[in-house]
Amino acid sequence: MVEFTLPKNSRVTEGKTWPLPKKAAGSKGTREYRIYRFDPDSGANPRMDTYTVDLDDCGPMVLDALIWIKNKIDPSLTFRRSCREGVCGSCAMNIDGGNTLACTKDMAEIAGPVKVYPLPHQPVVKDLVPDLTNFYAQHASIQPYLQTTSPTPEKEWKQSHDDRAKLDGLYECILCACCSTACPSYWWNSDRFLGPAALLQAFRWINDSRDEATGERLDNLEDPFRLYRCHTIMNCAQTCPKHLNPAKAIAEIKKKLVERQV
Amino acid sequence: MAANGGNEAPKVNGRAYPIEDHTYDVIVVGAGGSGLRAVVGCSEAGLKTACITKVFPTRSHTVAAQGGIAAALGNMGEDDWRWHMYDTVKGADWLGDQDAIEYLCRNAPAAVYELEHWGLPFSRREDNGRIYQRPFGGMTTHYGKGTAQRTCAAADRTGHAMLHTLYGAALKHNAEFFIEYFAIDLIVDDEGRCRGVVALKLDDGTIHRFRGHMTIMATGGYGRAYYSCTGAHTQTGDGNAMVLRAGLPLQDMEFVQFHPTGIYGAGCLITEGSRGEGGYLTNSEGERFMERYAPSAKDLASRDVVSRAMTIEIREGRGVGAKHDHIYLHLDHLDPKVLAERLPGISESARIFAGVDVTREPIPVIPTVHYNMGGIATNYHGEALTKRGGNDDAIIPGLMALGEAGCVSVHGANRLGSNSLIDLVVFGRAAAQRCAELIQPNDKHADLPKDSADRALSRLDRFRNANGSTPTAELRERMQRVMQTNCAVFRTGEVLEEGSKRIHEVLAGVPDIKVSDRSLIWNTDLVETLEFDNLIVQAVVTMDAAVNRKESRGAHAREDYPERDDKNWMKHSLAWLDPVSGKVTIDYRPVHTYTLTNDVSYIEPKARVY
Repeated sequence: MVEFTLPKNSRVTEGKTWPLPKKAAGSKGTREYRIYRFDPDSGANPRMDTYTVDLDDCGPMVLDALIWIKNKIDPSLTFRRSCREGVCGSCAMNIDGGNTLACTKDMAEIAGPVKVYPLPHQPVVKDLVPDLTNFYAQHASIQPYLQTTSPTPEKEWKQSHDDRAKLDGLYECILCACCSTACPSYWWNSDRFLGPAALLQAFRWINDSRDEATGERLDNLEDPFRLYRCHTIMNCAQTCPKHLNPAKAIAEIKKKLVERQV
Repeated sequence: MAANGGNEAPKVNGRAYPIEDHTYDVIVVGAGGSGLRAVVGCSEAGLKTACITKVFPTRSHTVAAQGGIAAALGNMGEDDWRWHMYDTVKGADWLGDQDAIEYLCRNAPAAVYELEHWGLPFSRREDNGRIYQRPFGGMTTHYGKGTAQRTCAAADRTGHAMLHTLYGAALKHNAEFFIEYFAIDLIVDDEGRCRGVVALKLDDGTIHRFRGHMTIMATGGYGRAYYSCTGAHTQTGDGNAMVLRAGLPLQDMEFVQFHPTGIYGAGCLITEGSRGEGGYLTNSEGERFMERYAPSAKDLASRDVVSRAMTIEIREGRGVGAKHDHIYLHLDHLDPKVLAERLPGISESARIFAGVDVTREPIPVIPTVHYNMGGIATNYHGEALTKRGGNDDAIIPGLMALGEAGCVSVHGANRLGSNSLIDLVVFGRAAAQRCAELIQPNDKHADLPKDSADRALSRLDRFRNANGSTPTAELRERMQRVMQTNCAVFRTGEVLEEGSKRIHEVLAGVPDIKVSDRSLIWNTDLVETLEFDNLIVQAVVTMDAAVNRKESRGAHAREDYPERDDKNWMKHSLAWLDPVSGKVTIDYRPVHTYTLTNDVSYIEPKARVY
């Protein structure tokens, strides 16, 4: 049997344990955080740093704790964040073994030390910041905009209430990349497999009653890699912080490709 | 090839930064709703356009807008853009420029249809497939007589749907994005013309100099100057601060909107659309108190009115909760089906951030900083204005401002809900049209001044090596606490004067700031420090402009001057900040008391009653 080991420079070492600054008054106690650190300037291997978070001085979410650490202990801790309410998708990371948004992940739901890593299987720029260039290019490749050939009406395109309902569960995607980076098939073939997030958006436009480029959109997906590397592992649906189901959307695309053959 | 002859960077503190040069017809800073709309328009016009943004476009804070976008489509009943105009003028408490408001309201329907044609998944009417519109605060028919259903919605995720649609439209036009670039400062030449911007590329720490005929600030508001706000962490008004540092004024900065329904504690937004769909507020006695404050509009009065009413209820001991310091928003009487279809996003937010099941319990809410009416003064083409040599509307050549960064001024002293999203696209489009008029594709660029990057680089270098004794986070929290305490819903001269003293003390602490991270790759300690440095100057002019305005108008409620004073104060305030002394200078521009066309006449000031 083959044995796989990480390349030398990817092995995660034990990092620094940072002391708790002065404890605030109160009864909530503390929480241990184990956080992946990678400093591109030093050339050193990634490491796991340990922090103690004062729960009497910190909000309930994992993002609150990361910001607290950055403000009170270690300003060099690096992560993306913006809206802090689960709509912008900036703070996607791997928390307690699953991909999710730090801003909506309540640390009370986690047992033991809170372990935080960047989204898996993407190049790491620094600490918890992955390089998502490829992910964004794949999203752009599905042409995420309405395409029509009929003359544009003076007012709105009409869309029945039921047809609009077909976009529910699709349009809400926030492009956080939790799903794609949770997909083993995407890990091995992200150069050619579009991944669940881009495919969910592909289906969002295929399923839009106003769009008139369905044929071309399906043509672009009919490919052993772009679409068919989905093996219904379902990690995407399980991990999506917005409770969407990319696997189902992918299955619907596959069905449409079969339907047009018969 | 560098614009000033060679790639050598000016040496700052004896250290050289290599500079990469870029030349475009138009440079848009910011990729929210207004920035993207301008990018699409400029690209359509054949102008070589760059969009510089510190976050990936769909992470801009437009994404968090919930309730909808106002336009008099008349899909739900009779409507007219003139009624929309009347409501906006009244909502603005007569501080809005009526030419710009006319432009906004009459162009609003076309802007909404355009978004729909680009694919925005609006909610639909059940019967005829047209765009669904909901009631919103201050939106009426027949000049205040009836309730309008004017706010076009995609459930309660309209901003998300709109931002993703605009990003798609920008992709369709092959717009050139510079993503995760942080703009440091403007390039302004000796004649006062804006020539571009210098930015830091976050993922490798390189410096980029963008040269353009037009630079458009679409950088959003500065809600993060306050301790609790509905806005994103990235909402730091970087464009406003760049303009201040360039020696130019900001307009009407004293007007800060508190949204009535931020979630108590977390500050996350609960859309006004929740009241549009039938939700209401109660105090500790279970009373629907808005009936006392706004007998006609009730819970759908304008935001400043509702926020003041809630504050009074809490102050008079009728707040809810253990500390009697907040108010309940009830949605539990609404049909769960309606909640699921029209308010799914806030139902989830309430569950996550307040632990509340909206079908059973009320949401604890409190007025929370939400929107800055003030910003960079512009005309309705988006061109930035200042007051110079007796000209109240002097155009700053080469500079435009849009969205929350701009102050057109259509929102005046108080913005109506759902008027911000329409502001973004109407004026984003207007700015692009103006660019197309002013610039021919590939017009020749004059050489940049020799010292074009000096100001930006010395600013960057100063903070990168800042080795004082106060960490950025500490100074930032001090600023946020002062703003929260001394520049709130109700204001008095005494509290504001104290606030002014305290906020100037924070400003004076900036030279002692400490940055720990010395790296150049994704240095968020440095970026947060640059953002704080942007926030503090805006906080200072906000406070001092509030001290200065001795009347109550819209969101600026002075208890020592409780009445609106049209005779002395129906004017925009302009605030300049001296970067060395920190002293604020205030002057005024008249409000435009005329309309754009004869299709509608000037709406005379009158008492503002809801």
